[in-house]
Amino acid sequence: MSLLFTDFASWQQHCAQTGEPLWQPVLNYEMEQKGRSEEAIWDGLQRAYDVMRDAVHTGLSENMTSRSGMINNGAKKVAASPVTVLSPEFKQLITRALGAKEVNSCMGRVVAAPTAGASGILPGVLVTLQDLHKLEDRSILEGLLVAAGIALIIEQNASLAGAVGGCQAETGSAAAMGAGAIVYCLGGSVDQALAAVAITIQCMLGLVCDPVAGLVEVPCVVRNASAAAIAFSSAQIAIAGVDPVIPVDQCVAALGEVGESMETRYKETALGGLANTPRARQIEQKVLIQDIQILPDEAQM
Amino acid sequence: MAEKSSIFDMIGPVMIGPSSSHTAGVVRIARAAIRVLGSQPTHATITFYNSFARTYEGHGSDRAIVAGLLDYPTDDKRIRESFDHAKEAGLNFTFQGVGNASTMHPNTIRLELRDERAGTQVEVIGQSRGGGVIRIVEVDGFPCDFSAALHTLIIDADDVKGSIAFIADVIAHDDCNIATMNVSRQGKNQVARQFIEIDSPLTELSLQYLRHLRWVHQVRYIPAID
Ligand code: SF4
Repeated sequence: MSLLFTDFASWQQHCAQTGEPLWQPVLNYEMEQKGRSEEAIWDGLQRAYDVMRDAVHTGLSENMTSRSGMINNGAKKVAASPVTVLSPEFKQLITRALGAKEVNSCMGRVVAAPTAGASGILPGVLVTLQDLHKLEDRSILEGLLVAAGIALIIEQNASLAGAVGGCQAETGSAAAMGAGAIVYCLGGSVDQALAAVAITIQCMLGLVCDPVAGLVEVPCVVRNASAAAIAFSSAQIAIAGVDPVIPVDQCVAALGEVGESMETRYKETALGGLANTPRARQIEQKVLIQDIQILPDEAQM
Repeated sequence: MAEKSSIFDMIGPVMIGPSSSHTAGVVRIARAAIRVLGSQPTHATITFYNSFARTYEGHGSDRAIVAGLLDYPTDDKRIRESFDHAKEAGLNFTFQGVGNASTMHPNTIRLELRDERAGTQVEVIGQSRGGGVIRIVEVDGFPCDFSAALHTLIIDADDVKGSIAFIADVIAHDDCNIATMNVSRQGKNQVARQFIEIDSPLTELSLQYLRHLRWVHQVRYIPAID
């Protein structure tokens, strides 16, 4: 029977015992649990990666203005900026994550990975990784399998949805998936890949979900960029062999605990945080449809 | 134990933004509804309820519902420009919103569809449940509950003794498994309406047979919508 991805410890153990790379048991899981052929799985991953690449390209070439006006070609502005604050590669990472996420906000085609709100993170991370290190597509697809394994475990032990666990669950999980994939693709050990997941969760823990006017635009788009950056910083730390101290499964448990205790106003309800600022309330008045029918109060009937 | 997730729920689905409940789910409600109508409508009155009523523009659910009425798949890039395509396709549509239908799910849509050429019309109510999952909960005033993720049969028949068992038998002979069955007599007509979800597709021959039965008035078949 295939590994069921109930926790990171058993994944780690499985790889240690069999000598399999991290992605192999994920592939086996999908074949056994979902009855898909190996070929169909690689094809599906290739299609997902093609859509991600296409989203990056679209976000950096087409007009990206959202209906609300809050998103207005930010990725292209960053790309065209004369100032490079860190390095050209860093700037590219940021533009790609922003661009792909802007495509999502502007009704373009994306891969929800793991969710639509976080759909800029893996494209930004993986396209940049491939570009910088001249990796084959096959290597990126293996990285996607590793990312999927990470998400399966987080889904079971915490959550992947902003409405359930806050933004830490959504962009945090995507960043963790990206970090694990980076370490895997660059030849890091199993322990290092999982350490990258642990470190990323440590960085993203506590982030609330507070989208202005309930739209997946502000702060979602900029958080896709920052989450992509955190994926790289975590991978850099982990691949050097730095110990995250708190084991990855315990980090996931903490993610779940924080998500559970988070008040509902911080869970995609647009009642708290940035969504509850005066400016956000103004925008809400403009964006929300005011001309609607209100039925007579049913309680009094 | 709950069913295991697919890796393509983690890396996927491929979809049109911004969110699966506001775009993918909405597209699917419309695609289910035009299959109930049996053709592409020429006129549509679209009512968004509750949370949808205020947000449908901001989230692009208006584009999504029109795209679904044009039968676009949930990952079709044309969704964003669906209003333009509707014009070309001869589809007229109007929107309205109702803010406080407290007995309804927060993300509910009512579609009143009419095909002027065929002289048919239908009224469908659907809910977008998140993650692109939908429930159709009412057809022409008959309560129902199907997801359009399986194959669905809608059969209007006289309420004769043994009719349900007979229909179940025909389906079983096609080697189809009935997942859910729902008989509703509370509609506007006197006949009973059966909503049957089946796991695998029904053959054309069985459909024809059901349509030829004297006590059967109408059979609509809605293959699973991806
Ligand atoms: S703030 Fe909420 S809606 Fe926006 S990306 Fe984070 S979890 Fe998603």
